[in-house]
Amino acid sequence: MGMLGQAIADGVLTGAVISLGAIGISFTMQIMRFANFAHAELLTWGGYLALVVVGFIGAGLPTAGLSFGLGLLAAAVLAAALTGALAWGVDRLVFQRLRRSGAHHLTLVFASFGIGLVMRHVIVLFWGHGSRFYTSELQIAVEVLPGVRVLPDQVFILAITIAIVVALHLWLRHSRTGIAMRATAESPALAQASGIEVERVIRATWFIGGGLAALSGIFVGLTPQLNPEIGGSLLLALFAAAIRGGIGSLPGAVVGGLLVGLAENVMVLVVSPGYKQSMSFGLLLLVLLLRPQGLFGERREGDR
Amino acid sequence: MIAPLLVVDRLVAGYVRGLPIVHGVSITVAPREVVTVIGPNGAGKSTLLKAIVGLVEVESGRITLSGRDITGQPTHEVVQAGVGFVPQTGNVFTTLTVAENLRAGAHLLHGQGKALLGERMERAYAMFPVLGEKRHERARTLSGGQRQMLAMARAMMTEPALVVLDEPTAGLSPLLVDEVFTRVRGLAAQGVAVLMVEQNAKGALRRSDRAYVLAEGRNRIEGAAESLLDNPEVSAAFLGGHRKALS
Repeated sequence: MGMLGQAIADGVLTGAVISLGAIGISFTMQIMRFANFAHAELLTWGGYLALVVVGFIGAGLPTAGLSFGLGLLAAAVLAAALTGALAWGVDRLVFQRLRRSGAHHLTLVFASFGIGLVMRHVIVLFWGHGSRFYTSELQIAVEVLPGVRVLPDQVFILAITIAIVVALHLWLRHSRTGIAMRATAESPALAQASGIEVERVIRATWFIGGGLAALSGIFVGLTPQLNPEIGGSLLLALFAAAIRGGIGSLPGAVVGGLLVGLAENVMVLVVSPGYKQSMSFGLLLLVLLLRPQGLFGERREGDR
Repeated sequence: MIAPLLVVDRLVAGYVRGLPIVHGVSITVAPREVVTVIGPNGAGKSTLLKAIVGLVEVESGRITLSGRDITGQPTHEVVQAGVGFVPQTGNVFTTLTVAENLRAGAHLLHGQGKALLGERMERAYAMFPVLGEKRHERARTLSGGQRQMLAMARAMMTEPALVVLDEPTAGLSPLLVDEVFTRVRGLAAQGVAVLMVEQNAKGALRRSDRAYVLAEGRNRIEGAAESLLDNPEVSAAFLGGHRKALS
């Protein structure tokens, strides 16, 4: 029981981090109609940008059992904004030009592969292949349930993730830009006819997706470490989460992320860890066979 | 004669540059006027409307609204200039609620205060009570007629000077067709000019002030809507009169 409980706790924590990264992929795919394989590198960039800020201001005094303090929080906010700007900058430099020239969406997909490689190697160029840490503080796992131990940092990450997802959900429901974003996701032409400037919606999409990717990367870097591979190694999990949940759906990306995290962590109890990813993708195929639009996806009318 | 609101002058436009569908069409719409464009399939009616609102590329010619050049402007700027557009298909956001559809339509009211937004929403519900009843339901649950009402209400949120409707009665039952045309006249009574493309030529001509007949992307016939109803050439081709093709 303890083992299963621990696997579920680990799965939820991994899943929360994957969810944050998957939201951007899901929204980009819905609004710009292409799979952005460079998105995973935004996680890495976010993690390293926070590392740069921490290098200047420090991670802050450890508080409330966490391994960090206000310094890292400030770094995370700054890194999220910078990563959003980076995502938008890449769009201006590459994707926007391709969109305007009427490129096929597969062209954008392949371009994103190339951009992803460049982004990863720039990280390696500056910081090398080695692992990095935000703090050298040691943390003691707390037994929250019999046999289930979690780090205070992990609890913090989960709480922040829940708060962000709830805030984003409310924003998409009620704010002017949130409604414009959902309108554009369904029909760019009708959105334009409503006076919505699609390029502005696209910019908002990059800032949100990039910002959340940065937080996801920072959380991976906190538990336990940062290296240039963190984004790349999560790439398939991020796509699995976005697709399983249903493209363009916020609850979909969150539930998709949790399912990926849980599947990976619970499966290792019964099958060899070598099959971890294949089990997760087996589950993805099963979902898609039963519900091709994903768990929360909506079939669009008049989508031609 | 009153200065026209919309002037389309020798417009050439199409989906692929060099292969225009509209070959030099000229039309005008005066303030508060209801103008209908009819013509056989492939005459370029829909393309003309999309070119006016900037959803199709203009190759040559000029479009002005109250004297201001809007040729080739991005759609959101044409809307900002005072044009509301209701496309034929996909005319509502099905994944959004009725209220959210109206808020999307009010996107450009930003910065003019929450009170104005609320006022416009209430006005839409007063004009179309069924929308008020269903304000929290997703637009996908609406019937075809209700969707058309929502689409018109959405286009009216910014109080445009001109509303452009692409086949507003397509796929509706005869009773609803009549209701839509009554609504169109209602818009004109509120001071809005209407430019619409219609397949239901007879019904549209009865409720319009003036009309244009397009064929093969060119102006063919134009005049007061009533006179077109009596025109033998028009009646033969569109109004179910004698079976004689518009040669």
